[in-house]
Amino acid sequence: MNAAVRQFKEQSRQVSGDLRHRKLIQTALGKYEVKRDEKKAAFQNWQAARQAAAETKWEAINHLDQHLVDLVRRLEARGTIVHWASTGEKACEIILGIVRDRKARSIIKSKAMTAEEIHLNEALEHAGFEVVESDLGEYIVQLRKEAPYHIVFPAMHLTRGEISELFARELGSAPTDNPEELTMIARRALRQKYITADIGITGANFAIAETGMISITENEGNARLTAALPKVMITLLGIEKVLPRLEDLALFLPMLATAGAGQALTCYNSLYGGPRQPGEADGPEQYHVVLMDNRRTELLADAEQRDALHCIRCGACLNVCPIYRNVGGHTYGTTYSGPIGSVITPHLRGLQDWKHLSYASSLCGACTETCPVKIDLHHHLLQNRRNSARQKPSTAEKMAFKIAGVVMNHPWLYATVKKAVRVFQPLHKLVKGTRLDPAYSWTQTRDLPSAPPQSFKEWWKDRAT
Amino acid sequence: MTDREAILARVREALTVTAPKPGNHGGGSHHDPVVSPGPGAARKWLPAVGDTFEEMVALFRANSAELKTDFHLLNNVDELTQTLTRLREAEGWRRIASHNGELARAACETLGLPVCGTDAGYDVNEMEKCDAGVTECDALIAQTGSVLVTSRSAGGRALSVLPPHHVVLACREQLLADLPAAFELIKSKYAPNYPSFISLITGPSRTGDIERILVLGAHGPKKLTVLCL
Repeated sequence: MNAAVRQFKEQSRQVSGDLRHRKLIQTALGKYEVKRDEKKAAFQNWQAARQAAAETKWEAINHLDQHLVDLVRRLEARGTIVHWASTGEKACEIILGIVRDRKARSIIKSKAMTAEEIHLNEALEHAGFEVVESDLGEYIVQLRKEAPYHIVFPAMHLTRGEISELFARELGSAPTDNPEELTMIARRALRQKYITADIGITGANFAIAETGMISITENEGNARLTAALPKVMITLLGIEKVLPRLEDLALFLPMLATAGAGQALTCYNSLYGGPRQPGEADGPEQYHVVLMDNRRTELLADAEQRDALHCIRCGACLNVCPIYRNVGGHTYGTTYSGPIGSVITPHLRGLQDWKHLSYASSLCGACTETCPVKIDLHHHLLQNRRNSARQKPSTAEKMAFKIAGVVMNHPWLYATVKKAVRVFQPLHKLVKGTRLDPAYSWTQTRDLPSAPPQSFKEWWKDRAT
Repeated sequence: MTDREAILARVREALTVTAPKPGNHGGGSHHDPVVSPGPGAARKWLPAVGDTFEEMVALFRANSAELKTDFHLLNNVDELTQTLTRLREAEGWRRIASHNGELARAACETLGLPVCGTDAGYDVNEMEKCDAGVTECDALIAQTGSVLVTSRSAGGRALSVLPPHHVVLACREQLLADLPAAFELIKSKYAPNYPSFISLITGPSRTGDIERILVLGAHGPKKLTVLCL
């Protein structure tokens, strides 16, 4: 068993029994569900909107080369410096290069899952630079030296009491259980950081090929400040974020807000088309866009699962997933958790190491049904299972099925096995639930049904005579 | 081979195999393909908006109330003066930030306070001390209660997000029905020379990061006031 599997099993056992955690997540997601349903109902036709969004993304991803070339040409025409990075290490290297070049002292960052994916903060800190996360939830988990719990709600697993204690310890603030006061503590702590930072780093939600713009969605205004005040702005985005046309946003922005947070529209939806232009009041002198592959092209090469690249990172599939809701976000041990994480992580980080996530599913299909861009999530989990078994068959499993095949094909053998089970099962009690138990993986959490004293066939025979 | 060439080569290689058409899975949820939704096609599916000016104003007002945006439809310049003066007195403004523009200039004159102007560049520490940022806009969007601003129409990037209160000055003709109309406007007004920053502002800055409880004024303005003449 590899380390990832062990940690997944141990942590899911622990978290699913943690009543405090359950209550916190159920309350938070309960509130989300009410708002989401309300906003979905406001659409004239949510299902047709999903289909249109899926088709737009299909068009974008299946002509990705052309859209990327257009995007980059238009970004460069307005003075943006575009970098291409095949791997996460290369992306880190490029960003470190810019930071060193500018002799930066402090860096302010707004939320970017791509940066989490490549451990950008660690790379920058390791090289001696200070990076401050500016999204409130991200700031909280950064102070706790933790990964985000959820791709949209990074600190959903914490109570206000825990956050108050954290702020008191790290920032020396007075304890309070008022969420508004806690938010103001973070606001004050970060204000000066925006003003003094030399470099601002952001992620991106969409990139518009037609006009050469980067679209960033947020509620707090931290990304807007990050893009307004520092002299250099860097955006790190995955190559799959492209949308063909500007007007596509008229559909995608409200769908992202509805599916992601139960809002009609997120507070700030901003488009960035370059550094400060002549005649403009402010904005960065330099704008860098880093286009990152980091094995996205491997997922692209799998036509069957290519639609996983349609993902807009709204987190809706996490919110409805019975597994996510029970085991929590950190248990996955991945940047992208929940159903979408279970589908794409094997492609991004290796099938054999991460296939276990595809088995952590009831295959209920709630994720597929809720996905605003109609990714066939639960079938992709099945395909991952099939691909991993095909690539590396399990000898024990193969043997078990071979033996079962022989037994089932020979009635006399089947009858003998039945009798043997009846004889030996009472002895099972001696080892049940211990490591000596051959059925340990089943019996440690479940009962093995006991063999009936008489089979149907025997009963029928007795009855006839 | 550069990373650019390598990535594009991998993309082209991958795309030699066609992916199945989207969305036709998950029994029972089949939908007729809509095929390349053209401009404005989203209108059929997005939340409905009435046709008349009165309906649009009513919707913008209702959305503003839900978002906690303070919206005032004003009948003349006198009402604008009164509303601005009332805000100045109620919040004890001592200094404001603003930019060049007919409405913005009129508002600044009415308020009679020291102004941090952004047009020729500004000192960010000065702007930080301002009690309000007064800006014009490109449009108001009834469907979502949003304000459309750009670096050209609203005095840059920071003016509408750094001060604790953002006051938007708009006129009736700027009220648009929906999001497709907003993107059509951006194109017709600016293409191909777009401003480097375009933003849809929907309510004052907010967060729900602590136990999903709504708090206004996370990093941006705690208050958003829209004054429509």
